[in-house]
Amino acid sequence: MPAKPKIAFFDFTSCEGCQLTIVDLLQTHLGLLDLVEVVQWREAKTEKGEDYAIAFIEGSCSRASDEARLKQIRERAQVVVALGACAHLGGVNTMKNRWVMENVQTYVYGKDGQNAYETYPARPLSAVIKVDAVIPGCPIDRHEFLRIVQQMLQGRTPKLPDYPLCVECKLSENSCLNKHGKPCLGPITRAGCDAICPTYGDGCEGCRGWATEANFVHMREILRGHGLSDYEIDMKLTMFNHYQMHELGAKAPLTTSTTENVPLPTSKFSAPQED
Amino acid sequence: MTENIKVNVHHVTRVEGHGNIVVDVRNGTLEQCELQIVESPRFFEAMLRGRPYDQASHITSRICGICAIGHATASLRATERALQVQLSEQTVLLRKLAFHGEMLDSHVLHVYMLVAPDFLGVGSVIPLAASHPEVVKRALRMKKFSGDLCQALVGRHTHPIAMTVGGFTHFPKVQELIELRQRAADLIADVDATVELFGTLPWPTFERETEYVALVQPDEYGFIDGMIGSTDGYTLPIAEYRKVTNERLNSHSTAKHTAFNRESYMVGSLARFNLKHQQLLPRAQAAAEHLGLKAPCYRPFMNSAAQVVEIVQCFDDTIRLLDLLIERGIQWETPAPVTLSPGARGAGSCDVPRGILFHEYQIGETGLIEEANCIIPTGQNLGNVDRDMRALVPTLLNEPQDQIRLKMEMLVRAYDPCISCSTHFLNVSFVGE
Repeated sequence: MPAKPKIAFFDFTSCEGCQLTIVDLLQTHLGLLDLVEVVQWREAKTEKGEDYAIAFIEGSCSRASDEARLKQIRERAQVVVALGACAHLGGVNTMKNRWVMENVQTYVYGKDGQNAYETYPARPLSAVIKVDAVIPGCPIDRHEFLRIVQQMLQGRTPKLPDYPLCVECKLSENSCLNKHGKPCLGPITRAGCDAICPTYGDGCEGCRGWATEANFVHMREILRGHGLSDYEIDMKLTMFNHYQMHELGAKAPLTTSTTENVPLPTSKFSAPQED
Repeated sequence: MTENIKVNVHHVTRVEGHGNIVVDVRNGTLEQCELQIVESPRFFEAMLRGRPYDQASHITSRICGICAIGHATASLRATERALQVQLSEQTVLLRKLAFHGEMLDSHVLHVYMLVAPDFLGVGSVIPLAASHPEVVKRALRMKKFSGDLCQALVGRHTHPIAMTVGGFTHFPKVQELIELRQRAADLIADVDATVELFGTLPWPTFERETEYVALVQPDEYGFIDGMIGSTDGYTLPIAEYRKVTNERLNSHSTAKHTAFNRESYMVGSLARFNLKHQQLLPRAQAAAEHLGLKAPCYRPFMNSAAQVVEIVQCFDDTIRLLDLLIERGIQWETPAPVTLSPGARGAGSCDVPRGILFHEYQIGETGLIEEANCIIPTGQNLGNVDRDMRALVPTLLNEPQDQIRLKMEMLVRAYDPCISCSTHFLNVSFVGE
């Protein structure tokens, strides 16, 4: 890779919060801009270059028509980095995959809007193109982003922790939320965020994906101990990881089906009313 | 006079999300002029169904990376209204403070990094770092302060962690608030310099009278709760928001624009300024005067100037709230209790950086969300943007195509559209209307 690699940012179905986290990182690390040449970043700049070595892609793929653009980016870039939970896992966007698309389209846009808004079950980038590196999280952790970019600029292959969040929670000297009656997915979730949610008093929701050898059976037992129903536990395990659970099919550690074959919603609470 | 003009801006840059501008003038007649929303739809309302109520604010903060605290706040207020939750005084104060953090962060980002490059003749903030380093560093200092404020209160700005139904799961130490208070004192010069800088910019004079809608409160220039106010003289309770947003489709296909008392309305900083300028704190009033902003102001480009006024307002109110909280001390409170009942409904609203936002939920007796609705500011502004564009284009026909394109992009950017928020866009196109 040349001394000053050309990088580009792209976004698909997402809130753009990961790119904003990078903007925030520049508050303390403005010098990063001297190490790379940013050739495309729609959210921040007007000029566009199509010659780039590293493509950072935020967002999941949730439209068939987005696949061509993704494949084009893949062809042009030497390295593709999935930025954040939507790109890495499919993320919150995949919660809609429980229903047939006709159902969610009608619920939000009414029966006339159904055909006006193209969509298909949301998926991570890796379901469409080869991904070389991942920066997990919803949103990404700015320090981890910095660390991974440094490693890439040094020609090293970035490595993510494979142990669970609990390790970092202990290092932060937090007391265990699960012991205090607050459900936390830390025991099964991949570390790397410094256990930021438990540090701020809220249980982990699994946005970084699962740690290797996650013990779902024991996790479910702990959560049942908090008085959560099997259904509520399923809802916890599928907030960011619906796609992963669905891919496991019958082997998924869930008690309810990941899909509901309800063709149309029963109520029009949010859809526009008909005159 | 140019007879034929075709402007096609594919993916407007320096806005949040994906939008296209299309202008088509043939034989001197405006044939087509629209802001197309091409962001992929996300279906948040549909996916909320069946989720436990305590997930809602964490799910919906993911609608938008910039207004994450705003979505979380509106979501919590909807849930809290549905479940009859009474908030403590401290919770209300801490939420206001976190909200200011987001407002400052968003406005600084928008005026310095997305709008200023147009006036300084560059394509982005990146060359500004070399040509105007003091300007960029000032913006980053102010952004860092607002980010650190959010971090102390809720863990991070995108996406807030410690905000929960009925209160908070984490509390800042008084010492942290004292340090933020000291840093705020050091930033007053930066806030003044911001007003100075934006006071020198040649805001386009384009003007079009319209209706402005914002949340109004009896005792402050506030952003959370209150009543829905309109410059056409109406006020409504939040629960009746549908009368304002009025999202209706005709019985067949053709989409209509959202409208309250006129064919379209505007929300955001300029709307808040027009409705509540008398409630601005003294330094914010002085800033408005310096920027040449006088209510009623019908110049959409001045929305960015109104954002500068709100930077001063939120900054000074942040200092006031910090002083108050330091004096009161911080109590570690458990979240206020909820009351579950069948089919409980509640609507919550707050005025996020880009304008008034509504969430409404129906929650069943087991605590699962049954129905959800989110109406975001950019969706409400679309009809008004389109009408501004159609009024602006005829005044530009003698200018070179590049200038027309730039002015159109600047107009769209002035609205600070947040297209990723598009949980709900109805008015995508109106060719031949």
